[in-house]
Amino acid sequence: MTAVTHTPIASDVGRSLWQDAWIRLRRNRAAVASMIVLAVLSLVGIFGPMLWPHAYDRIYPQFVRVPASLKAYPRADTVLPGFERELARTRLDHGEAALDGDTVSVTLSSDRPIDPRILRYFERSDLFSNPRLALSEDERSATLSVTVERLHFYFGTDAIGRDLAARVIIGVRISLAIGVLASIMALVLGVTYGAISGYLGGRVDDVMMRIVDVLYSLPFIFFVILLVVFFGRSLVIIFIAIGATEWLDMARIVRGQTLSLKRQEFVQAAEAMGATKAGILRRHIIPNTLGPVVVFVTLLVPKAILLESLLSFLGLGVQDPLTSLGLLISEGAANMRGAVWLLLWPAVTLTTILFALNFLGDGLRDSLDPKDR
Amino acid sequence: MLAYTLRRLASAIPTIFIIVTLTFFMIRAAPGGPFDLERPLDPLIMANLNRAYNLDAPLWSQYTTYLGNLIRGDLGPSFTRRDFSVNDLFAVGLPVSILLGSLALLLAVVIGTILGAMAALRQNTALDYAVVGLATFGITTPTFVVAPLLSLFFGVLLGVLPAGGWSNANPAYWVLPVVTLALPQVAVIARLVRGATIEALRSNHVRTARAYGLPNRIVVGVHALRAAVLPAVSYLGPTAAGLLTGSVVVETIFGLPGIGRYFVQGALGRDYTLVMGTVVVIAIFVIFFNLVVDLLYAWLDPRVRLD
Repeated sequence: MTAVTHTPIASDVGRSLWQDAWIRLRRNRAAVASMIVLAVLSLVGIFGPMLWPHAYDRIYPQFVRVPASLKAYPRADTVLPGFERELARTRLDHGEAALDGDTVSVTLSSDRPIDPRILRYFERSDLFSNPRLALSEDERSATLSVTVERLHFYFGTDAIGRDLAARVIIGVRISLAIGVLASIMALVLGVTYGAISGYLGGRVDDVMMRIVDVLYSLPFIFFVILLVVFFGRSLVIIFIAIGATEWLDMARIVRGQTLSLKRQEFVQAAEAMGATKAGILRRHIIPNTLGPVVVFVTLLVPKAILLESLLSFLGLGVQDPLTSLGLLISEGAANMRGAVWLLLWPAVTLTTILFALNFLGDGLRDSLDPKDR
Repeated sequence: MLAYTLRRLASAIPTIFIIVTLTFFMIRAAPGGPFDLERPLDPLIMANLNRAYNLDAPLWSQYTTYLGNLIRGDLGPSFTRRDFSVNDLFAVGLPVSILLGSLALLLAVVIGTILGAMAALRQNTALDYAVVGLATFGITTPTFVVAPLLSLFFGVLLGVLPAGGWSNANPAYWVLPVVTLALPQVAVIARLVRGATIEALRSNHVRTARAYGLPNRIVVGVHALRAAVLPAVSYLGPTAAGLLTGSVVVETIFGLPGIGRYFVQGALGRDYTLVMGTVVVIAIFVIFFNLVVDLLYAWLDPRVRLD
């Protein structure tokens, strides 16, 4: 026998299933783009509400249903009429108002001393800020100047004057959070249930799967309505309800995997060595079912988001002023004749999220599928 | 096969019984009742109402009464729609839902199968990408986005179709709801058929058929497609049941008199009999279509043995 000199080469290191999958996934452009989109949207959902200039529940009564625009509001031709409307409420004689850049100024005169409290009219307005009053010696005439507040509503405002962009951002946060939380819940429940049912087999399996069958035939909406009725409308209930209905498919998939896994040699070896059933499940069965489970979870997240949107659409989900993409779409659908952007922006955002998640799920399935090699 | 069908039908009875029992006690456990208003009713009127609807009897006796009526096919009076029994409501609503659902199902099966098979036969061409893109769009875009957009576009902007409403006689009113219902199903079926056709075209029996020199249309139409529709068939069972029992979203947006909305309305208004009736009808449809699918499956794939 000749001595073989062992030169370490790259392929000697060996790649795990997950490394292989990751390499394949990186070659899939649609999946990579989806991951980037999802990362950006998650960041928007997490940090957007803190950074965005408008609060999602701030109402601007003077800007109800303004269309989406890159230019600032108020428009130049509405500044002076708006200023004069507030001016009329002061009941003072005034000269011609002049707009100079961002400042509107006017001279005021009166028979009695001018009360500086008239500034409140301007402070309360959405159009102006920083009102200043330069009184003359006898306090019977004055120069009033205010700064025009430039507000941007990139997505427009909704039917009661809230910034739609801020609402879409908070909607992204709620929708993504519910999607992820509900999927985690379905994951934990489904994997545990399916693995136990499949591994124990026999009569236990029969009973456990019959329970799943019965739960299957209960309509999802029914279950949710009952939960909402019992515990009130809250975010937690929604994600519990979605998680609690979506684990059924997961349980079936994991059970099927377990049935084929438990006959394999490594499981029998573990049994022969006296490992406990719980230990075998935890160490040998569940880790080996994770491939299809991961794929299923990526497809479960968009499903959960969709269900949450459906609930909100039916009025059973998130309650105003908090919002989700589904609720925004339902409000948009009610207002679409005259304010199309109210339907368009949330619909585009939701569709983007769902698209990205679906592409990512498909990519993961392709990269984890051993048949593909 | 007849014996198998009968056995399946017999096993459906305990399933329905369990579902009915679960639903009955769950909805009764929910707080509130059908006659709770913002302003409470006079206690005497309330007592009379409860007596009239047999709500003052013990829960167990109400349950047995309901079961007895159910066996005779009587779903009881509606609690919130006075003067209507649940049977009356379904007699009006169910035909509408079944009509729309079966049209949508037909559309989805025909178009989905054709698109999927075409995409698979021309894999990795522009047509294939177009079908896959359309399928992804159909799956990801929720019905409650598609429905208002279709209604806005065809009903309001173009004005060629009614934006909503219902007419039994005028099929123009059926178009938008049917398209909305069918779109996601077209997408799923096209995807399933595409995947399965690609697999079937590579399989041994298709290669054998080609080796025999059979013409392409026979190879594809008979040998490949027959295997390729199997996943779609098993998907169609629950889907068909869902389509035929109406969709609350589509019915709400287009203002249709189907039975899909009864469930949500019934549960929110604590209309006990209406909720129970809807659940029973849905359960029957689900069980029936699962049976149909299993029979169809055995007929399409002779390797599958019933029993």
